[in-house]
Amino acid sequence: MLFAALGEVVAERAGVINLGIEGMMLIGAVTGFLAMNRTGSLLAGVAAALAAGAAIAAVHAFFSVTLRANQIISGLGITIAGAGLAALLGRSVVGVPARASFEDEKLPLLGSIPGIGEILFDQHVLVYLGFVLAPVVWWILRHTRLGLHLRAAGENPAAADAMGVSVTLYRYGAVLFGGALAGLAGASFSLAESPGWSEGMTAGRGWIALALVIFATWSPLRVLLGAYFFGALDVLAFRAQIIGVDVPSTVLGMIPYIATLVVLVVVTLLGTRKRLGAPDALGVPYVRDG
Amino acid sequence: MTSFRRSLRSFGVQLLAVAVGLALSGLVLATIGVSPYEGLSSLLRGAFGSEFALTQTALKTIPLALTGLAVAVCLRMRLWNIGAEGQFHAGAIGATWAALTFSTASAPVLLPLMVGAAMVAGAAWALIAAIPRALWGVNEIITTLLLNYVAILAVVYLVTGPWRSAESFNFPVTDVFGPGAFLPRLGESLLHVGVFFPLVAAGILLLVLQRSKWGFEVRMIGASPEAARVAGMSTARNIVVIMLVGGALAGVAGMVEVSMSFGRLRQGISPGYGYMAILIAALAGASLLGTLGVAFLFAGFVVGGFGLQTLGVPQSFVLLLQGLILFCALAGSTLTGARLTPWIPGRFRGRHRLEALEKEEPSIP
Repeated sequence: MLFAALGEVVAERAGVINLGIEGMMLIGAVTGFLAMNRTGSLLAGVAAALAAGAAIAAVHAFFSVTLRANQIISGLGITIAGAGLAALLGRSVVGVPARASFEDEKLPLLGSIPGIGEILFDQHVLVYLGFVLAPVVWWILRHTRLGLHLRAAGENPAAADAMGVSVTLYRYGAVLFGGALAGLAGASFSLAESPGWSEGMTAGRGWIALALVIFATWSPLRVLLGAYFFGALDVLAFRAQIIGVDVPSTVLGMIPYIATLVVLVVVTLLGTRKRLGAPDALGVPYVRDG
Repeated sequence: MTSFRRSLRSFGVQLLAVAVGLALSGLVLATIGVSPYEGLSSLLRGAFGSEFALTQTALKTIPLALTGLAVAVCLRMRLWNIGAEGQFHAGAIGATWAALTFSTASAPVLLPLMVGAAMVAGAAWALIAAIPRALWGVNEIITTLLLNYVAILAVVYLVTGPWRSAESFNFPVTDVFGPGAFLPRLGESLLHVGVFFPLVAAGILLLVLQRSKWGFEVRMIGASPEAARVAGMSTARNIVVIMLVGGALAGVAGMVEVSMSFGRLRQGISPGYGYMAILIAALAGASLLGTLGVAFLFAGFVVGGFGLQTLGVPQSFVLLLQGLILFCALAGSTLTGARLTPWIPGRFRGRHRLEALEKEEPSIP
């Protein structure tokens, strides 16, 4: 979920909204699992998931950047077609046990910090990768030429174009990057969280990732915090049931959505889009005036 | 080009898109070792090939057409109602509330109550997103989407908690509705009066949108929010009203499903009707009659998809098919200049036409 949200931050910062995350995650989950089970290598699984996510994202990029088609329709198409394609690809491995999976690994030193050590540093490798990736993405967006150009493509494509930045190139790159990360997010389900493949196994996590991006007001670092908050609620809902606290898990399950809704309303109320952090040209295809 | 010729041409592009989409999915079938001819013909036979198939397709058309209309009317004002799924669930809750509260009432009393409660519940659900959108411009794509999950969880909460049936052996379902809660069937067939709901709804909407002052305002705001504002029309009020209408439509779909498909409220009452609805409305270019037609086609694919399982093809294959058709239409509309969104008037012609769909208020150049 963290990966998917991070990828979406990058794509949206470049001005392309992607409602296809859910479909890309499913494709990533199934191809990752297939590749891993064929080769026995987790690394191959991860690589396949990244590639598959990016390949599906290329379709979205082609439609939304090159053809300037409506990004919302295209993204939804990806989600629906992706779910179908993933089911088709995975039809032979439903319920097949995984040959390998990422195990939880306690980090030395950090893992033995009482309290947070167990929660934060007793996870599978992909979680750690996410911890590292979020600040890296933040740094690239904030402090490098690459990041500046990418943000320009999302905020003011005409100005970026005038500066000699290829809006098309950057938008393609951002969408592909986002797709690859969505694929990876899918693989973290099929290779780590619940090794195996079943239809619709991401269960709407792609949509939550989308909400997360808004919840985090388009900042990679806050995405990290937000993902943690959402994940904690998930766990809380689960724990509450075990302890027998009289709060139905369904009610707890609503909290992330309602919280995001409230955040969205409050932040919109507080300021302009600028303060909210939404890229100005989000969702708007760029047409160079001749 | 006259508007008639333009819509004829866009209809042609749409038809071509369906054909190409079918051909592409046939190719996909071939790559997994299923004869494309056999696969597609079994799909189409399962959908439209017999009286039984047509009946099933007609029944599936009801929720798809109603939710499709819920999306389409909002699109008329450039609002993206991604929340038909949630409004559908809210409607199901409303109808169930009526059916459980007045369980002994007879059909002539109870059915209008159920439909009314479903419309109110669906509209109320849409209102939660409509008010922030109208007053403060809070992005309705996100809010309606988020509310979907809340509504689905609310259904789960009700059937596992307060409304769980005492006789269900702990299954998360409500009591079966009383005899008055079922829509009358048409003669001996499986069809019921619900099949007229989308037709009536589309008819009324068409009349109101074309003939009334309110309909004129909706078309005007959809065409040019700036001009509408200058003319003194209240964008905020119309946003709320159109989203209430959309919510009510999706709510009715929820009522029909709990009444006729399940006879009680339970989990999983929708295989994503509200999301398919968005594809349907988009493919129909937000045309109301077009939405009915595309809904019938998509309902056929869903029904025909069951038959594919005997060939070893998972039912979700039809999702791929629907997605492919959508992309073909999207490509077709862009390449030929025939608009997927024919109601956006001249100002947005040419390459800007799809841009105009984005819900941002266009700035005056």
